[in-house]
Amino acid sequence: MTSVIHASDLTKIFGKSTAVDHVSFEVQGGEIFGFLGPNGAGKTTTTRMLTGVIPPDTGTATILGHDIRSEPVLAKQGFGVVPETSNAYMDLTAWQNLMLMGELYGLPRSRAEQRSSDLLGMVGLLERKDQKVQAYSKGMKQRLILAMALIHEPELLFLDEPTSGLDVQSTQMILALLRDLNRQGTTIFLTTHNMEEANRLCHRVGIIRAGKIVAIDAPEKLKTAIDRVHKIEVSFDREISGDALSGLNSVTSANRTGDKWQITTQDKDATIRSLVTFSQQNSAAIVTLNTLAPSLDDAFLRLTQEAQP
Amino acid sequence: MNPAGFSEQLLRAWAIAKKDIRIYYIKGPVLIFGVFMPLFMFLAFLMGTKQLPLSFLISGLVGMTLFFTATAVSPAIFPWEGQAKTLERLASCPVTVEAIVFGDMIASTLFGIGITIITVIIGMMLGLSLLHGITLLVAILIAACCFSAIGMLLAVPPTNVPSNIMMLSSLIKFPLVFISGIFIPLDQMPAWGLALAVFSPLTYFTDLVRYAFTDTHYFPVIIDIAALAVFTAIFTVGTMYLHKRTMPQRM
Repeated sequence: MTSVIHASDLTKIFGKSTAVDHVSFEVQGGEIFGFLGPNGAGKTTTTRMLTGVIPPDTGTATILGHDIRSEPVLAKQGFGVVPETSNAYMDLTAWQNLMLMGELYGLPRSRAEQRSSDLLGMVGLLERKDQKVQAYSKGMKQRLILAMALIHEPELLFLDEPTSGLDVQSTQMILALLRDLNRQGTTIFLTTHNMEEANRLCHRVGIIRAGKIVAIDAPEKLKTAIDRVHKIEVSFDREISGDALSGLNSVTSANRTGDKWQITTQDKDATIRSLVTFSQQNSAAIVTLNTLAPSLDDAFLRLTQEAQP
Repeated sequence: MNPAGFSEQLLRAWAIAKKDIRIYYIKGPVLIFGVFMPLFMFLAFLMGTKQLPLSFLISGLVGMTLFFTATAVSPAIFPWEGQAKTLERLASCPVTVEAIVFGDMIASTLFGIGITIITVIIGMMLGLSLLHGITLLVAILIAACCFSAIGMLLAVPPTNVPSNIMMLSSLIKFPLVFISGIFIPLDQMPAWGLALAVFSPLTYFTDLVRYAFTDTHYFPVIIDIAALAVFTAIFTVGTMYLHKRTMPQRM
């Protein structure tokens, strides 16, 4: 598999603040790579350096085999960008926006028309293609931006928070499109806050905190890596005291969450056995019993907190 | 196709120019600063100055119109696009900064030429005869490029607030109008005024317009054309270089 993004020691300093601090990573062809981090961690700045919008202060980025600083046009020709803020031309129609993109990517007019028609159909905007973008809803604008980024059938797609603030319908449509594109071979670099989205979409995720990469791995591996404390959720058919549960063998703590108890333990098996015995001894039937796997949220929080100075 | 090649970038610059024409020609500030401002200034001088012949004033109006119109569109595009984040879209597309600047210059140049031709027609309808049509055409073409490059230079400070640029633009444009022989003939100017006038490209264009309509001129025609061409080259290269440096600061 070939590397389509190769970032090496990327650094960006704004005034006295180091927004991105010697960030290095690779994204392989055909991957969906999630780039996660809290607000102000340096995600957007990194994406802007990778897409050639701002130059890095030090370090290099090679995109599809072209250095983004010395061969920016050749690098940009091969990728599409969906930025965080919708930036279609509001005074133009969707069709005019797409045709402009077609011209900026050097597509022949007939090809640009065909692609525009197909893409507008794909994102459900064909019937409103002659309407100015300023009349579009946020979801429609975001779908149009995605269509604009795909006009030249890019090998690589950068997306910065593509579903942020969108309704469920637009979110699901965009995520389904991304899966389809990836199945057809498009490499996707996805910046997101949404752990569930990253967990379900991404083959690998990179986590950035205070401008530094703190982890890069597959979501499941990241989750397993932090799986030192287990959680079990249990509910009974009658009131049970927290002290009784906390005192059980191998239970570290018991916290009430609604009508259930969330129990933390270092030994799942021993705790489940203790709960069953407790239930029998106290004539309290178990209504539900679930073992909770750590989420990507947990991994993210753990990793970003550990990295705090 | 080599996307980075000159001809391909030229086509992309033309795409940017078409976009600018669609979006910015009808924006309020462009119409106010590019069309109404020179018209009202001209009317004020027409009514206030009875000694100067109409042919002199119409020539000045043509000069002023091209100067104001060609510098009305270009300074505002970068701040507007920076504010709307569409500049970031262009920056992530396979177009060079030079092509973006050139595209904006084309739009500005065409706007200037279009409105100026209307002014020339009005002048002819008022009874002025066009004595040197080819010279006027060449002068309008070169001067429109020159003034649109000046407009782009005014947009170099990396602010995304259009009114800041419009203010800066007015601060520079109005004094230029008064030292360029539009309202005061060059031969009536004091020595210090004339010394300033030679540094204004508008001086040479106004001189050429007067030559085209009245057959009188202060500098030799070839000097006027050469000076305009040199100013155009310097301003175009300068604006492309400076925008390349300040573009990342707008993002």
